[in-house]
Amino acid sequence: MHSLVFIKQVPDAAQVRVDYETGTLIREGVPAIINPFDKHAIEAAVRIRDEFGGKVSVICMGPPMAEDALKEALSMGADNAYLLSDRIFAGSDTLATSYALWAGAKKIIEEEGPVDIFWAGKQAIDGDTAQTGPGIATRFNVPLVTYVIDIKKVDPEKKTMVVERLVESGREVIEVPMPCFLTVEEELNTLSFAPLPYLIKAARSKVAVLNSSNMEIDASYCGLKNSPTKVKKAFTPPKREKGEMIEGDSLDDILNTLYEKIAPVLKEMGKVS
Amino acid sequence: MIKQDISKYKHIWVFIEYENGEVAHVSLELLSKARELAKDLDCEVHAFTVGDKVEQFKDEIFKYGATKFFIIEDPFLKDYMTEPYRDSIVYMIEKYKPEVVLIGATTLGRDLAGTIATVLQTGLTADTTALDIDPKTKNLLMTRPTFGGNLMATIFCPDNRPQMSTSRPGVYKAVEAPVKGEVIKEKFEFDKSKYLKKIVEKIVEEGDKVNLGFYDIIVSGGFGMGAKENMKLVQELADVLGGTWAASRKAVQEGWAPQTRQVGQTGQTVHPKIYIACGISGAIQHQAGMKSSEIIIAINKDPDAPIFEIATYGIVGDVLEVLPKMTKMFKEKLGKA
Ligand SMILES: Cc1cc2nc3c(=O)[nH]c(=O)nc-3n(C[C@H](O)[C@H](O)[C@H](O)COP(=O)(O)OP(=O)(O)OC[C@H]3O[C@@H](n4cnc5c(N)ncnc54)[C@H](O)[C@@H]3O)c2cc1C
Repeated sequence: MHSLVFIKQVPDAAQVRVDYETGTLIREGVPAIINPFDKHAIEAAVRIRDEFGGKVSVICMGPPMAEDALKEALSMGADNAYLLSDRIFAGSDTLATSYALWAGAKKIIEEEGPVDIFWAGKQAIDGDTAQTGPGIATRFNVPLVTYVIDIKKVDPEKKTMVVERLVESGREVIEVPMPCFLTVEEELNTLSFAPLPYLIKAARSKVAVLNSSNMEIDASYCGLKNSPTKVKKAFTPPKREKGEMIEGDSLDDILNTLYEKIAPVLKEMGKVS
Repeated sequence: MIKQDISKYKHIWVFIEYENGEVAHVSLELLSKARELAKDLDCEVHAFTVGDKVEQFKDEIFKYGATKFFIIEDPFLKDYMTEPYRDSIVYMIEKYKPEVVLIGATTLGRDLAGTIATVLQTGLTADTTALDIDPKTKNLLMTRPTFGGNLMATIFCPDNRPQMSTSRPGVYKAVEAPVKGEVIKEKFEFDKSKYLKKIVEKIVEEGDKVNLGFYDIIVSGGFGMGAKENMKLVQELADVLGGTWAASRKAVQEGWAPQTRQVGQTGQTVHPKIYIACGISGAIQHQAGMKSSEIIIAINKDPDAPIFEIATYGIVGDVLEVLPKMTKMFKEKLGKA
């Protein structure tokens, strides 16, 4: 079983704050982490490798510092790590990103052999688009299952998997032939602490760099200029003014004051005559 | 990048999502929004969908102003599956060349849209909360939150068509505008040996599916409610106010509320007239789903809780004390006692 996991290095969105003076995000001092959903994909791939044999490859597109994310993936038990890094990728939108990752994945398949399961998190916590995984799956023309919350069965002989996914009204159990592409939710598993042998192996492993000089890629599909979508403007949503703390001698007092404040609105809504 | 002759593309297409014989509300919201955009683009609003029995939706679709309804009916499309839906929809889009394609940002819509856009090699803007037409270029301007709602970006797609966007449920109002529309039936030949994925089982989460976007008063409970049984305090206040109840993700994770009532980045976006946050800290992911409520009332025992930064009115106190009193008082004042 060969798994290939697509991961992204992202700023820890929970720690990003807004500078309302300049209307920008304050990213200084915000740690770069592996996109939380992607970690669950790595975990699942490693567990399948441990049960059925095979290997786990991981690919991350990003600047040189994204190597840290790949090292962490190795310490979680991945076998091979690839950093897809080139100036030509700068400013890529999701269509261009899925193209670059697809080209990088093809190179990994050349080196490591065919992939049975492609994995990604359901979305990245910075962009939140949930588009890159489906885009790569479409380019490989393999069946896609999004929002996966459980791996129920893996049958390496029949080359099928049974997985459970979230849908709007509940859940669905899907049988999917391999190779397939899964995007996963955090509920998929709980992350385990890396056992020592993984850590030792990871410390010895190297992250391979893929770029336009050592893989086949058409630069005319990459980067800001060749991305169909462009950012017209980015802005911080207007800050809500901090409102009024309602105080009083007793809770009754406080609630009476609150009621007086919102009574006009309740009236307008026809809640009170 | 493949550039298309964009002058060949015309009209706005809205994808009709449905479940159990009912059109998803977000599709009606998008039809209504599309009518506004169509005025600026001087074009028509068309609806489209694929599935087993979908012509039945035509009356409702026409009631919301779509002048044409493009469909592919095939028993093979009975259940949603990414690949056959993608292929049949791409077939229609390539044939009729709509200028804009709008899809609800539901689990189904987000699953589908990315694969369609990739086949069509066009841009897609996910999860938008505002759509406008640029008066000069006539391009669609799609605004979406990123970084958990901390940053907004306005995206456009100048050289490729269709311009595609998924839009969050609950952002636009569904407004009726009946027309006499026309159904256009298409056929697509499936090579069934290509589609090997199958649904083994469907598990429907019974009874408690709710579109929070419908309500103008929402009382929401968080981890500060302390226990599942205390959520009934939230429900009681919601009942008295004639609204509905909701929850933070942490309350959902604790099993105190179903996921279908979660407000926030990974839940629903709401913008009621009054949002009452009870025992909710106000993490940015929660704020992302409720920040645009007209009035926010926060009850929290921690005076430094971030929710107070955005609350219109704040009460520092124990929810377990405040809520029963508040329910009782409002019941009297609203003449319901
Ligand atoms: C990728 C991602 C997506 C997320 N999506 C969402 C989302 O969609 N929606 C969402 O809500 N969260 C989401 N979260 C989680 C979010 O970061 C917070 O963890 C969550 O909102 C916290 O919920 P809470 O406010 O109920 O709980 P807590 O943060 O634990 O806050 C509880 C609050 O209750 C107060 N309290 C405790 N006891 C009482 C009492 N007796 N009376 C009054 N006040 C009391 C406390 O002071 C505290 O402020 C997401 C996180 C991530 C990483």
